[in-house]
Amino acid sequence: MTKAVVDSVRAGDLRAAARLMRDLDDGVPAAQRSLRQLYKHTGRSFILGITGAPGAGKSTLVDAIVGEFRAIGKTVGVVAIDPTSPYSGGAILGDRIRMQRHYLDDGVFIKSLATRGHLGGLSRSTIDVVNVMDAMGKDVVIIETVGVGQDEVEIVKVAHTNLVVVVPGLGDDIQAIKAGILEIADIFVVNKADREGADRTRRDLETMVSLNDYEEGEWVPPVMPTEAVSGKGVGELVEMIDSHREHVFIDDNLELFRREKATVELFEMLKTRLLEEAVGDLERHGLLDGLISDIAARRKDPYSIVEKLVNHSFAANLIG
Amino acid sequence: MAPVAAVKKKAAPARKVERKIRILIGKPGLDGHDRGAKIIARALRDAGFEIIYTGLHQTPEMIVSAALQEDVDGIGLSILSGAHNHLLPRIVELLKEKKMDDVVVFGGGIIPDDDIPRLKRKGVDRVFTPGTTLKEIVDYVRENVHPRA
Repeated sequence: MTKAVVDSVRAGDLRAAARLMRDLDDGVPAAQRSLRQLYKHTGRSFILGITGAPGAGKSTLVDAIVGEFRAIGKTVGVVAIDPTSPYSGGAILGDRIRMQRHYLDDGVFIKSLATRGHLGGLSRSTIDVVNVMDAMGKDVVIIETVGVGQDEVEIVKVAHTNLVVVVPGLGDDIQAIKAGILEIADIFVVNKADREGADRTRRDLETMVSLNDYEEGEWVPPVMPTEAVSGKGVGELVEMIDSHREHVFIDDNLELFRREKATVELFEMLKTRLLEEAVGDLERHGLLDGLISDIAARRKDPYSIVEKLVNHSFAANLIG
Repeated sequence: MAPVAAVKKKAAPARKVERKIRILIGKPGLDGHDRGAKIIARALRDAGFEIIYTGLHQTPEMIVSAALQEDVDGIGLSILSGAHNHLLPRIVELLKEKKMDDVVVFGGGIIPDDDIPRLKRKGVDRVFTPGTTLKEIVDYVRENVHPRA
């Protein structure tokens, strides 16, 4: 069963790929097993991350960038993430609306994901879904984050190149690009560049970049103006993306990137699984509820409980 | 804390499967009025479903392609243009071609009662006409659209 799924995905069966992505998003164990088989076929796609505040024009920009990549014959996967409502658990995933012209293009595969409570701008399954698209043989995989705009640092470690999209006139320009978001940008995009204040936003960004110290040979983030709706500036942006790709794919940088990405993959999966295992185990033993009451009433402290619970030698299973 | 009886260690992983119903809401054809579709999308979101909204002026091919990539369980279509007799059956037909006949198709809009039996024969599961409450639609989805096992 697992092997059949793996073969179908690699042979270009879109339905099998779509179902696998769905199963990964839903946390189906069989899908995880398929991914274990697929993993060795990943690592070939160029991964582009796009983040920025809601309304900055990320989806429209993705649409325009996809168009540029398709024009030079590259196949593209898009993972578009929208927030889950914390009240109902439902979500409206509307990023596709801006990407309609690619619906009938076999070279473009678009998957919309809801955050389902995961913080950091991605969904828990984003890395998994990107891996499936990678194994499908997509030349480029674009990740569009949820767009909260302040704490989306997770994307950095997943994408080779990160765009941070800013628009003029969103209040204090510096505010819109606080520490975290500033540091993740490989390229700044000032979208809606026809608007008043665009030049100022651009200058502010360039000034901020110039305040950093860069070593010889280090990448200095450029600021690129675009008008995603008309496509103006997008060709130049894609050329800049390609320059950054070349920079990352210099051997030393690539090795560093691969190690960082591998670290994030390992840590993220560990976090999720360890939490699930521990909570599940406490539930099965009927302990969870009592523990929470005890902590809430200050009869016990969470520090000691966690210390006792994780009192394991984790590496023992891998050694010998 | 009360002592706990020994519980057998489960071999199966504790990973939680969380099946969410995914529904595509689309506007096939040429009319440009999507207020209704957006209201339905919102009501379904508030009921806890994941809604993929594809926007205006969709061809049946575009809708089915999006449904395939997004692996949806149901497709809700809003049509006010009068072209329902062509567009709705065409979407059902394309789903069959792609072996996606387990996807439930429902529709709504300005659709004469006389047309409804024919649409149902062609595989449209349910047609909602003006005056339907949001609750009826949410209840319908809850009872008739199921996530894949």
